[in-house]
Formats: sequence, structure tokens, C-alpha cells
Amino acid sequence: MKARFLVPAALIAVLFGFFWYALGGDYDPQLIESPLINRPAPDFVSPALADPKQAVSLKSFRGQPVLVNFWGTWCVGCREEHPQLLEIQKVTTIPIVGIAWKDDHAAANQWLAEFGDPYRAVATDDDGRIAIDWGVYGAPESFLVSAEGKVIHKHVGPMSLEIWRKEFLVKVNAERGP
Amino acid sequence: MTAELGQIALILALCLALSQTVFGLVGAHRGWANWMAVVRPATIGQAGFVALAFLLLVSAFLGNDFTVQYVAFNSNSELPTVYRVAAVWGAHEGSMLLWALILALWSLAVALLSRSLPNAFASRVLGVLGTISTGILLFILLTSNPFTRAMPAPFDGNDLNPLLQDPALAMHPPILYTGYVGFAVAFAFACAAMIEGKLDQAWARWTRPWTIVAWLFLTVGITLGSWWAYYELGWGGWWMWDPVENASFMPWLVGTALVHSLAVTERRGLFRSWTLLLAIFAFSLSLIGTFLVRSGIIVSVHAFASDPMRGVFILALLAAYILGALMLYAWRAGQLRSSSGFELWSRESFILFNNILLVIAAALIFIGTLYPLILALLKLGTITIGPPVFQLMFLIAIIPLIGLLAVGMHSSWKRARLAPVKTRLIAIAAVAAVLAAILLFTFGGRVRLIVFMGLFLAIATMFSAVSEPIARLRRGLSIPRGAVGMFVAHFGVGLFTLGATAASTYQVEKDVSIALGQSEKLAGYEFKLADLRMVEGPNYVARQADVIISDSQGRVITTLHPQKRIYRVQQQPMTEAGIDVNWQRDLFVALGDDLGDGKWSLRLQYKPLIRYLWLGSLIMALGGILAASDRRYRTAIAGERAAVGAATERA
Amino acid sequence: MKSLLGALLLTVIVVDVARAIDTEPPLPDPQQQARYEALIHELRCLQCRSQSLADSDVSLAADLRREVRGLIAQGKTDDEVKDFLTARYGDYVLFRPPLNARTWVVWFAPAILLLAGGLIAWRVVRHRSALVPGDADEVESAEDPR
Repeated sequence: MKARFLVPAALIAVLFGFFWYALGGDYDPQLIESPLINRPAPDFVSPALADPKQAVSLKSFRGQPVLVNFWGTWCVGCREEHPQLLEIQKVTTIPIVGIAWKDDHAAANQWLAEFGDPYRAVATDDDGRIAIDWGVYGAPESFLVSAEGKVIHKHVGPMSLEIWRKEFLVKVNAERGP
Repeated sequence: MTAELGQIALILALCLALSQTVFGLVGAHRGWANWMAVVRPATIGQAGFVALAFLLLVSAFLGNDFTVQYVAFNSNSELPTVYRVAAVWGAHEGSMLLWALILALWSLAVALLSRSLPNAFASRVLGVLGTISTGILLFILLTSNPFTRAMPAPFDGNDLNPLLQDPALAMHPPILYTGYVGFAVAFAFACAAMIEGKLDQAWARWTRPWTIVAWLFLTVGITLGSWWAYYELGWGGWWMWDPVENASFMPWLVGTALVHSLAVTERRGLFRSWTLLLAIFAFSLSLIGTFLVRSGIIVSVHAFASDPMRGVFILALLAAYILGALMLYAWRAGQLRSSSGFELWSRESFILFNNILLVIAAALIFIGTLYPLILALLKLGTITIGPPVFQLMFLIAIIPLIGLLAVGMHSSWKRARLAPVKTRLIAIAAVAAVLAAILLFTFGGRVRLIVFMGLFLAIATMFSAVSEPIARLRRGLSIPRGAVGMFVAHFGVGLFTLGATAASTYQVEKDVSIALGQSEKLAGYEFKLADLRMVEGPNYVARQADVIISDSQGRVITTLHPQKRIYRVQQQPMTEAGIDVNWQRDLFVALGDDLGDGKWSLRLQYKPLIRYLWLGSLIMALGGILAASDRRYRTAIAGERAAVGAATERA
Repeated sequence: MKSLLGALLLTVIVVDVARAIDTEPPLPDPQQQARYEALIHELRCLQCRSQSLADSDVSLAADLRREVRGLIAQGKTDDEVKDFLTARYGDYVLFRPPLNARTWVVWFAPAILLLAGGLIAWRVVRHRSALVPGDADEVESAEDPR
């Protein structure tokens, strides 16, 4: 049989190889890669949730790694991740800074009072500008910012202790160096 | 008991499908007549049991049997009866059962209508269909069982996704599946021919009507989906180049190429290995589409809930069928050389060009849909291919195609005999150019070459499709139904192009913020928000607006009632647009949100000639019906019936 | 056909092909407004992935439309607006991928395929035309449409 008649079969085999690999579990088609990785984190200065007269700024956390977490009381996944954030906050000295994304202030404060407050500080983002600057497209999203102010990791979806250990802590330690 | 009976029915169907396969393929291979005699009854039995299982599932829905998990997830006691039936195919498990049912019914049709075929060949065809049925039924029983019980049973169900609670969308899957599952028949015919090592003009004549019927159902199915998206989704779009839409469009493009290639093979015995390849790919693309939608590797509004386990199973089935068929192809294709000739500008040439362009269009859409996936897998980042890119790629292939179509309808077999029609072609071109220019001028706006081309080609095609048969009738020739079908279908293509060009280019849309009693103007019409009130539906609550539309003279044309519904169970908001239709344009009004201050957001759209694109598609399908019911196919069936009748009489 | 034309001519259709979107009042400069409208049809809504910013009614889309609007009002060019968004969301926010090493396959595929198709067509027709003289297959009358 002539070799060229095998071409269609070969092409399909290659395509199916890709499909097989895609099913492997490593691939998430919903994920949009962030262009912020290894870039300076977008700074923000915004009224605090607890006291609007106070400002929360990212720069003030320079010198230590920070976990920035975008959330909202309207978001189902945030409700799911909240207890996990409390756990994470117990096992680490790294501050968790929350961004209340387009949320009702009273409801957000109520939520933290009722379910616990894992945040060192919470900034409000009423018009969504901060979220846009960070390339957020679906809450909850969490970013790891290095001590020098670079974004070194992003996780889309609810955080968990396991993800913290496996993905975030690893990067924190790598940054700290040998 | 219903669910357990359903499960038993499926298991019996699987056994019969297995018999169909084994007795068909082995029996034909060995020439054992008594084995081959089992195939048809096995097929009929399989169809019967799959149908039984399906009906049992339907009855579970109608009876609100929430102890069946699938019913609980997809239905609700307040769901109107009609949608309880549609809910059967509203999610993965049920839609796979529908897939299996439709395949079984196609196999049944082949079993009943194939007595004029040589016994061994028919057995092989049914045997190949049996392998597919076996695989699908196994998949259903092992990974996607619709009859699993939910213990303890919930008090009421989750309700059917409100998006699916609509007559057009309820019909869309069955018709669509009839289409692209129907390509399995052409696939089976191709495999049988490859196994036998014989492919001649008779083979093409047998395969053609089956393929045309599958194709026309696919055409209608896609049209329904597009029309539904337009009036239901609220933003007036009719094609989004969504991956799942593309997954149904690619088989359509290849299927169209196949229908044309079969014509050449039937008539002149040419393009045989190419036709084989197309027959394999049409169904392969259907299978790949089924895989993409259910495996979770593609992001789409259409995608079913994903489960990698299922994805792996389907991929394994796909590999078996598609690679199997392509290996047969590699084995046999080299043996199919013919020595017939044809000239440039003969009908064969036109169909060659048609095939090349259609396959290029399908390939471009394929690349656009899957290339981002491949890049992401190779960790090369997320690239983006949005609707504008697809549209551009598609137009690049399709515009030459339609141009060639307008001329090709006048062509003759084997010889290039276009000289006699040259005058007619020039006349058509001139008239079309003038009419297109007039339309362009009437619509106003920027004059763009591509828009002129679209209008010009559409009108030229329609004129061609009408002038050629008229010329033949004038010469005293009769036109067989198959030819009528061809002209009708091509007229439909022209009409579609007209509608698509006008609607895409000249549509006007405006989002307005409007208070009760106020009016807004658009495209020479005035839209007044006259009233706003709450209404209740069977399983939803809606806010309804009354919008009065008047024309530029101030005469009231109609009152539309756009709604924003909240379905009680799933708490999902849905827009029901108000649309005023006449033969020139659609006026489209969708109700938005409360903006506060007594103001509401309304989306107004003016869509000229948009109905013609769906009408054109339906006319294409009508052409298919005419072509498939040509006398030479009906005689074959009648001959069979006579033979069966005579045999029964003698018995 | 003719009556459709007549009716079209009789109806006074003032068609404003430039589209007006959004419930915000249009930008004062009509050119800027036109650019804004064109741009939001070219940008993807990142929540409802297959919709453009123009068509999507989720709040993220509204926020992004507001940003685009603001940037255009500030005098930024289309490219600058796109850069602003891709710096935050990556190329995925654009419907048309930029031309680079990764995407050239997509951009050149139509031309490559058409060229390949043309080549195949030419070879087949040339081969088959040469076979016509010796071809004993007598086709019935040219009017036979099948």
C-alpha cells in the first residue's frame, strides 16, 4: 500500500494523542494564563472595609510575601474557600490581604464578623478597577506577591490548605532562596 | 420497576447489537447464508429494545419519577409536560441514549430498505453499524447510565435548564442527531465496500440517498439551533462560532462535499477513493464532535458536564472506529484508480473545486477550534481565536465557492460546454450586479467590496438556479426530481447568502435607557415603552414590557412583549425577546435591567433580511428531500417491496 | 425579486450603520464613539467566553466597557487600549490573535490551504483532461443533470 494513503490515519493518531494528553487531568481549559506572573504587582490604595477613613495599600506590605485574595459575599466559591483561608492564616505568618470586589460593605463586614476574619486587611474595590488591574475574571482568585512586590503565583478558584502548601508555599520558599 | 426494565432493555439491546455485528461481519466473510440471515432480525430487535429503553425513560419523566437520578437532576413537577419529554435529552446520559436510539433507527431503516442490495454487502453494512451500536451501548451502560436510582429520592427535581425549555430547542437535538448520526450509514457503506474490495457506480447509487437524507436533517438541525439562539439568547446573534457549533458545522461541510462527490462517483465512477475518505471523515467529525462536547476539554456554553473517565472511553471508541476505517482506506485506496477523463469547466471540475473549498473551510474551522487547545497542551500559552477570525477564514473559502456555484449549475458532465451558456451567464451577472448595487444603495452606509460581492453572488446564484431549469424546459427536456432538488437546494444557498450578508452588515442595534412612556428611535422606527408588569408562567415569574412600535409615518405597527423571566427552581434569569417579523426585516426588542430612577434598559435591533438565511437553509433541506426521493431510488424501494411481497406470497 | 426591490425603495429606511451601544450617553466626539463601538465588538468577555464585550451583560463586561470608554476619552489609540487589556488579561481578551510565532499558523492557514488546494485542483484537472480523448465512457446528453 502506498505510504501517502496512511497520512489521514497518521494525522488522526497524532490528534488523538493530543486529546489523550488533554484528558490527563493536568489541563484545565477554563484557565486563562495570567500575564502578571513574574511582573511587579499592580499597586493599589483603597479605603479599608472595616474603616473607610483608613487606607489599605499594597506597598505597605513590601518586605514580606503577601497573599492577595479577591472575594465577595455574592460569590459561592468564596463561601467555600473561607474556612480554608482561616486554616491557612493559622499556619502561616504571611499576611492575607483581602479585596472586597464590588461588594456591599455592610454585608461584607457582617460576613467577616459571622464567619471569621482571616485577613490582615481588606481593601474595597467598589468600581472593579483593582480587579481589572490584576486581571481578575472570576472570584475567588488569589495571588502570591513576593517580598519585592512581584506576582509569583496565581490561583483561580477556591483556595485550600492543600493548594497553599503544594503551590504557594513552594514558591515562597523558592523565593527565599537557599 | 421502570428503571430496572429500562436497564434490562439496554442490556438486551447490547446483546443484539453484538449479534448484529458478529453475524453480519463473520457471516459475510465466510459466506454463511444462515448467519447472514440473522443480521436483519438482530438489527430490528436491537432497535426495538433501544426504543423500549428510551420510552421507559420518557415515561419516568412524564410520571415525575424522582427516584431515577437523571430525572431528578433534569426535571421538576412544575415543568410543562412537553418539556418533560424534551428533558429526556437535556443532559448527557439521556442525550447519549437518544444518540443510540437514532443510530438504531437508522440501522433499522437500512435493514428494511436494503433487500435489493447483495446479501453479503448488506450484511457487512449492518455489521459495521452494529459495531458502532455496540460501542455506544457499552459506553452508556458502563459510564452514562440514565437509569441509576437516587436513594433517597429527592422531593422534587432540579428542573430542566430554562434555556432548554423552548420548542425549537427541544426539537434541535433529535433532528441534529438524526443528521450527524445518519452519516454513520455512509460510513458503514464505505467500510463494507473497503472490506469487500469493490466500489463501483452501483455502490454510489446505493449510498447517495442515505447520505442526502442525513445531510438534510443536519441542515435543519443546525438551522433550528441558529434560529433559537437568535430569538432566545437576547442579543440577536445567530452564529457564534462556539466550539460546539463548529463541531456540528464541520460534519455538515464535509457531508456537503460528500453528497457532491457521490454524484461524480455515481455518474462517472470517478473520485472513488476520495468519496471513501469523505464518507469516513463526515462521520468521524460527528464522533469527534460528540467527544469534544462531553470530555470537558473544550470551553463552551453548550458543553455537557464533563467527566474525564467518559472522555477516555469515547476517545477509545473513536480511535477504534476512525483509525480502523482509515487503515481499511490505506489498504484499499491504492486499488481504486480509474481512467476516465474530464475537461476543465466540466461538471466534474466544478465539483472538484467545490469539494476542495468545502474541505478547506472545514479544515480552517478545525484549526481555529483546536489550535488553542493544542498550544495550551504544549504549554505554549493561551491564544485566542474569536468569532471575527472564524468569520474571515470561512468567508475566504466560501466566497469563491458560491461564485463557482453560480456558474457550475450550468455545466455538463465530462465536457466543458459553457460556451452556449456564456450569454446567459453574462446576462445573469449583469442583472445581479445591478440589483446588488441597488440594494447596496438602498441600505446606505459605507460601500464595501465584500458586501457587494456577497449580495451579487447571492442574487446571481438564485438567478442561475432558476434560469437553468427554465432553459431546459424551453428546449422540451424533462427535469428529473433529482435535478429539481439540486436547483432548489442551490437556490436556497443563494437565499441564505443574501440573508446572511444583509443581516450581518446592515443590522443596527442600540442599547437605551428608557422610562415608562418614553420613546426611542431606531432605523426609522419608533419604540415606545408603554407598560411594565409582572406575569406568571407555569414554572416562572416574569417582568413583561409592552413596547409599541410605529413607523416613520407614526402608524402603529405592532406591540411587542419582551420578558425577563426568573425560573422558580433554578432561579435563573432568562430573556424572552419580542420580535416583529415581516418579509423585509426583523425588529427585535430585549428587556434588560432596572436602572433605577424609573429607567429601564432595552436593547433594540433592526435586522434586515435576516429571515432569509433560515428560509434559505430550509430550502436547501427541501432540495435534499427532492433529490433523495428521485424516481431511481423510489423504484429500487418499490422493487424491493414487490420482491418481498412476491416472496411472502409464495411462502 | 422586483417587488422586494420596489418595496425597499418605497420604504424610507434611514439606516445608521454606525452602531450605538450601552446605556451611557455616547462620547462627545463621534469618531471616538465609533472607535469605542468597534473595539468592544473585538474584545472578549472573560466570563462568558464566546461573547464580545458589546454583547455580554455581566458586570465584568460592563466594567471593562467603562475602562475602554475611559481610555478612548483620554485620547488613547486603539492599540494602546488593547495593550492595556492584554497587559492584564493576556492575548485571550482579543478576538483576533496578534501575529507572532505562535499564531502565524492560524493567520497563514487560509493562504497555505488555498494554495495547496489550487495545486491539487490543477494537477487533477490536467491529468483528467489528458484522459478525455482515450476515454470510451460515452456520457449521455449534456442536459442529463445527474
